[in-house]
Amino acid sequence: MTMIQAINSALDVVMARDPDVVVMGEDVGYFGGVFRATAGLQAKYGKTRVFDTPITECGIIGVAVGMGAYGLRPVPEIQFADYIYPALDQLVSEAARLRYRSAGEFIAPMTVRSPFGGGIFGGQTHSQSPEGIFTHVSGVKTVIPSTPYDAKGLLIAAIEDNDPTIFFEPKRIYNGPFNGYWDKPAENWSKHPGGAVPEGYYKIELGKAKVVRAGEALTILAYGTMVHVCTAVVAEHGVDAEIIDLRTLVPLDIETIEASVKKTGRCMIVHEATRTSGFGAELSALVQERCFYHLEAPIERVTGFDTPYPHSLEWAYFPGPVRIGQALKKIMKDS
Amino acid sequence: MPPLSLHVPEPRFRPGDPVDFAVVEVPPAGAARRPDTAEPARDFTDLSYGLVRVLDDDHRAVGAWDPRLSPDRLRRMLRHMALLRAFDERMFRAQRQGKTSFYMKATGEEAVSVAAAHALDYEDMCFPSYRQQGLLIARDWSLVDMMNQIYSNKGDRLQGKQLPIMYSAREAGFFSISGNLTTQYPQAVGWAMASAAKGDTRIAAVWCGEGSTAEGDFHSACTFAAVYRAPVIMNVVNNQWAISSFSGFAGAESTTFAARAVGYGIAGLRVDGNDALAVYAATQWAAERARTNQGPTLIEHFTYRAEGHSTSDDPTQYRSAGEPNAWPLGDPVARLKAHLIAIGEWDEERHAAQDRELAEQVKAAQKEAEKNGILGHGLHQPLDTLFDGVFEEMPWHLREQQAQMMAEETASGRPWDRK
Repeated sequence: MTMIQAINSALDVVMARDPDVVVMGEDVGYFGGVFRATAGLQAKYGKTRVFDTPITECGIIGVAVGMGAYGLRPVPEIQFADYIYPALDQLVSEAARLRYRSAGEFIAPMTVRSPFGGGIFGGQTHSQSPEGIFTHVSGVKTVIPSTPYDAKGLLIAAIEDNDPTIFFEPKRIYNGPFNGYWDKPAENWSKHPGGAVPEGYYKIELGKAKVVRAGEALTILAYGTMVHVCTAVVAEHGVDAEIIDLRTLVPLDIETIEASVKKTGRCMIVHEATRTSGFGAELSALVQERCFYHLEAPIERVTGFDTPYPHSLEWAYFPGPVRIGQALKKIMKDS
Repeated sequence: MPPLSLHVPEPRFRPGDPVDFAVVEVPPAGAARRPDTAEPARDFTDLSYGLVRVLDDDHRAVGAWDPRLSPDRLRRMLRHMALLRAFDERMFRAQRQGKTSFYMKATGEEAVSVAAAHALDYEDMCFPSYRQQGLLIARDWSLVDMMNQIYSNKGDRLQGKQLPIMYSAREAGFFSISGNLTTQYPQAVGWAMASAAKGDTRIAAVWCGEGSTAEGDFHSACTFAAVYRAPVIMNVVNNQWAISSFSGFAGAESTTFAARAVGYGIAGLRVDGNDALAVYAATQWAAERARTNQGPTLIEHFTYRAEGHSTSDDPTQYRSAGEPNAWPLGDPVARLKAHLIAIGEWDEERHAAQDRELAEQVKAAQKEAEKNGILGHGLHQPLDTLFDGVFEEMPWHLREQQAQMMAEETASGRPWDRK
């Protein structure tokens, strides 16, 4: 399956199991979503369970909070993560706080799906990676898959979870793993082990990272598209890196990270999002606090630049093979 | 042509000004038509610019909107409104005595919440703002429980996590109050949509002030409510003031708040908010419209915030002290009382006795609540509950922070436990 098909399958499986799951968002109903993630669901489950909404992100999330309070399990879609900002008040002030402020009387068991990340010439408003905004909010979980298999298992787990979850889907790898070599032919999921997805129900526990490549020389922390970019660059440079796909940013799998960095003594953090106050800063701080006496080099952060996401200069902006390769050399210099 | 000029609204009266509300249009009671609940939203222009009033100047119930309530029901409503006022008085004083940090009264707006609660089913879900404590009172919710929340004491169902008055009472159909204005509007619409999608019979009702209608959530909620014909009653309590800003800053100079409904395709009613019978009748009408799948109604309750915005506010700094008494729609408690007396079902002696009884009831509840502690006097909730409920299960980083806090507590000699 492609990641789109895996997400579609996850929604199908969970909707068949739980009549309280509803899917809503702009263009998700009859049309099946601008990325086809919800294709066929309205025909199968009906208009009261899969429906189009007005173009109002604060309305979509606010309505989902109310549906959750009633007892449903809404899966709202925000068409692009770049458009999630009008819904921030409902997400930060309401969904994230509802259980806490009502001491558990009301909950917001919702999963906000949203395509995110760059690499598609999406320009300023179709490329952003705003995960750092949400990891800063207490009360929401943030999940980012990197393969179709993970996407399905994590999405099912997120929907069944009783806490609000932001589920960011790296749209660059919807149809195939992208290794960052934008000038080479695109691959598709059929040749990647992560593209093998069971038809039925399974889930992947939230808060658990995956060691994508075991290694001894350094630890690379990444998620989403960057997992594939890091894998390719590491192979190109012949470095024995341990690549960890975080999969869930909050709650974070600190044990896996800590064990790996204590073993390798080096840590590189890679994300597409802008650098300053990005999630990489939190990862760097955690590694520094917990693995300080094991570190043999400063922690490296390879990220997008602190600018809005550009259109024509996309490959100069994107943290691709060149930037990651240089960081690799730098962190391995004295090894 | 003269140069452009920017219009910045200005209220009619500022501190020290004499007050004359003659400019406020008050149509006679009984004048408004009562349409069929199936009438299309576009036909509501007259009602959304008019004013539904039932009680006339002689305190008689007149016209098509008279809900023809039994004397028993009228007396129960009056009792709840008077109890709300007594509760407000006592809790305001408790704040002034330093027993809690904050309070907000609903003085002059008692009919808006109490009469609405009487017209709704107990199972209908209410999404209040912070000035509808009358919903809880009218649903006979425990005063001690409300006070426990105000005192953040050991009986506080919200574990001291919320500012005073931000109640949550799921069992009473009272949704958790948020400090962020109007967020409850799309939430109520979503709750109503869920009820409809599930083939339930319950409806939702939501309240905000006229100032809060300026929030984007209000627009989103109206759009959703209209698009999906959600079974929801959207109440706008137009009490003329949003802290220090008069209603002109929410658009009242150019239109009414009920009139906004028409543009969305929502039935709009503008109601005398100090007339408990009018509020009851409009809510009952809107509830019937919602329950019969005819869609949402927006009700503007035209009223007046008789006191300060909160215990942290001093209204004499921005409006004339003469306003509350000059308000042409009078006092909701006095008007319902006068109606009951006019129909021979009440008298001054019974009313005075009831006021004494209610004051005693509130006082007794306060005594009971204070046994559980008052704010700032000792540790009322186990300290580690601070971390409960961020998530369903506590992740490692919160467990670590919880342990850190407990260690700080030990190191400090337990300063939170001071008596």
